[in-house]
Amino acid sequence: MPLPKRRHSKARGRKRRTHWKLAAPNVTECSHCHQPKLPHRVCPHCGYYNNKEVIPAEASKPAKT
Amino acid sequence: MRHGDKVKKLSRIKSHREAMLANMVISLLTHRMIKTTTSKAKALRPVADRLITFGKKGDLAAKREAYRVLRDHNLVKKLFEEIAPQFASRNGGYTRVLRLGTRLGDGASLSLVELLTAKPVVEKDKKGKKAKIKEEETKKPKEEKAEKTEVSGIIAPEKLAKKE
Repeated sequence: MPLPKRRHSKARGRKRRTHWKLAAPNVTECSHCHQPKLPHRVCPHCGYYNNKEVIPAEASKPAKT
Repeated sequence: MRHGDKVKKLSRIKSHREAMLANMVISLLTHRMIKTTTSKAKALRPVADRLITFGKKGDLAAKREAYRVLRDHNLVKKLFEEIAPQFASRNGGYTRVLRLGTRLGDGASLSLVELLTAKPVVEKDKKGKKAKIKEEETKKPKEEKAEKTEVSGIIAPEKLAKKE
């Protein structure tokens, strides 16, 4: 069984982890209600997509702000 | 290489997958619009298209083929007499998938599948719905002809119908 020969320093591990980054989601503005929304998705705030397409009422989805 | 991976398996065995997709088309044809995960929504499209094509064919053999999936004579009738005629001017691609966002419990991406003739859910009652759709049908051919003569009419007949 392979075993580590030497102790790993904190710095070594931390340096490796500097590349673990979070990317912010690409948020766009809803063309109808101007709330932030994810691209290519029906707006969760007003239920519109591509300007004038009404999909289910807002009541079905509690707006996640 | 993804050669030969035409069928989305959806983590199910063939019989399970086929049963599920059949159930889903039944819902789609009865309600015109259903909400599922994006993967299932996308897998549903060819199934729905195939059935509507049977509906447009309209002969007895096609009816029996459709019945094999739908298992409901009333629904087959609805498909052949109400739904399929609405797609007379369209060759395939009878559905639309709209992404809705993620589900709360498991983060699955959800979508809405609708038949392209579907009206917004804001509809008051069934009677209103049917009446409106019939109006569309009768108006469509006229508008199309009008557009062909006037080159300026770039808006698709489908869009016009929606605005009404």
